[in-house]
Amino acid sequence: MAKRSTGSKVFDTLNSFLLLLVAAVMIFPFLYVFSVSFSSVSDFLENDIILWPKEWVTDAYEYILGSKAFIRSLFVTVYVTVVGTAVNLFFTSTMGYALTRNVTGQRTILFLVLFTLLFSAGMIPTYIVVKETFLINTLWALILPIAISPFNLIVMRQFFLSIPEELKEAALIDGANEIQIFSKIILPLSKPALAAFGLFYAVGHWNNYFAGVLYLNDPAKWPIQVILRQIVIVNEPNAALGGHEMSLEALPPPETIQMAAILLATLPILLVYPFLQKHFAKGVMLGSVKG
Amino acid sequence: MIKIVPSKGGDVLLAENDVEVTNQSENVNALKGKQPKREPSRIRKRLWRERYLILLLIPGILYFLIYRYLPMGGIIIAFKDYSPFQGFIDSQWVGLKYFRLIFEDPEVVKVIWNTLQISFLQIIFAFPISIILALLLNELRNQYYKRFIQSIVYLPHFLSWVVVVGITVIFLRSEGLVNGFLDSAFGMDPIPFLTDPNLFKPLIVLQVIWKESGWGTIIFLAALAGVNPQLYEAAIMDGANRFRQAWHITLPAIKSTIIILLILRLGNVMETGFEHIFLMLNPFNMESGNVLDTFVYFKGIQQANYSFATAVGVFKGIVGLVLVVVANRLAKRFGEQGLY
Repeated sequence: MAKRSTGSKVFDTLNSFLLLLVAAVMIFPFLYVFSVSFSSVSDFLENDIILWPKEWVTDAYEYILGSKAFIRSLFVTVYVTVVGTAVNLFFTSTMGYALTRNVTGQRTILFLVLFTLLFSAGMIPTYIVVKETFLINTLWALILPIAISPFNLIVMRQFFLSIPEELKEAALIDGANEIQIFSKIILPLSKPALAAFGLFYAVGHWNNYFAGVLYLNDPAKWPIQVILRQIVIVNEPNAALGGHEMSLEALPPPETIQMAAILLATLPILLVYPFLQKHFAKGVMLGSVKG
Repeated sequence: MIKIVPSKGGDVLLAENDVEVTNQSENVNALKGKQPKREPSRIRKRLWRERYLILLLIPGILYFLIYRYLPMGGIIIAFKDYSPFQGFIDSQWVGLKYFRLIFEDPEVVKVIWNTLQISFLQIIFAFPISIILALLLNELRNQYYKRFIQSIVYLPHFLSWVVVVGITVIFLRSEGLVNGFLDSAFGMDPIPFLTDPNLFKPLIVLQVIWKESGWGTIIFLAALAGVNPQLYEAAIMDGANRFRQAWHITLPAIKSTIIILLILRLGNVMETGFEHIFLMLNPFNMESGNVLDTFVYFKGIQQANYSFATAVGVFKGIVGLVLVVVANRLAKRFGEQGLY
């Protein structure tokens, strides 16, 4: 490579610095939330900005994890995420595979799938259908109405199409039927893709807030995001976390409770993030939309 | 694609020409000369041959029928005075009453205006930031440093809107970090960031920038990965500096991606991100922040005005559909691949 001019070197330094600044803007809110959640009352009250806790205090976490409402909502969300993702993968992969195999009506079905990307009936008719199918106030309301993302379905079909035809033909000659080909050949070959789609679906379930508000009336069934909104945005941490025996003076300050709650609700995302990154770096999700 | 084959019985059968990829059993039948003699049974035979595939299709088809297409049938309530007690069938037909109301109700006009404003502010301010960020990331020479920055700027995309709005509230409320800083540094009174209607839209755009601009670079970086490095080497030989290289090589390489994303975004101007707006709304900023989606929720679910809310939703859906189709045409006119 030719030797670089001074201007080019100056640009590189400035660019690296600028991007570091951008990264700092993205990470700073987390650092602040993290540090305050572990700070003591006095530390929090005395300082305007806390970037690192002076003494590590876990009062806020103990308070939150002692709350039945919070734990219950965590269980609800874990349940919806696990069952929901399983349903997503089952529905998306079976349909996605069948649509690669020249089944009768394939073109019509593909068109109808694509059309749902362009037009949807809207909130009210969907709500009425969810109600008429007896899902209101059940956790299935957070799962079944979004069992398939049409976009993911199309990308997954695209992935299945990339598996060599010869494998399927060989299996057919050996007397396998389509369901056996799907479960014994296609699915094992698609593990990385299924993991990627599963992760993206799972993050969607974990972060889903509005379906809980729309379809669940019973606070005992509320997922974590609904509780988190009450704690932080509505600014009623103690009400949302349920009555506590502690006297008000003994409670950790609401700010530290709020930040601890944010961190706890985000922890699973942070834990799977390295895996997510591995997959989107490979570009698995960037498949073409063309059918 | 589809041949129409008149059968002996006089009824018409559809035979698709893509049968050549069908399975082995048919080929065996063909070899043995066992092709079906009675034409009307061919469809039944084909369906029987495909029984396992059909079995695989059933869950997905049921899903689309029940949760995607049944609601489209439910749109008829926009043409009726629907009440849950009378049901779909018995509710009174009222024709286009509720669609006319859309344009007569000043609130709806205001809501449409809010929706368009928020969308266009995002297109003007948030959209270019992803492009600039992608260009800057592309210039980084150290691949480890590049990956490090990328893994940080992609992260906010995976956070829920509750968390993003929650952090916003913690930072911007009157006793929050920003107002605390303004007070101790300049002795300023707290600024009502979260309730001032004039600050609602800029705040929404800033949040979208924070959450999505890093993630938005992915598609551009993917396009840039395909650029031939020899182009840059040739440009250096010709004495092009870094800026000229970016201008003449990098930018043209993502030009078509930019155009298609921009056009698709324009086709989606009716979408503003329901959860995001809904979580940011409060009684004080409602006049500036209420958009079509949230309006439908308040009218339909909270006030139980199902028919009117459905009409507004259908209006939004149809305008969105038309815009996407037009945008797709435009994309093709620009010589790009469309969405479909």
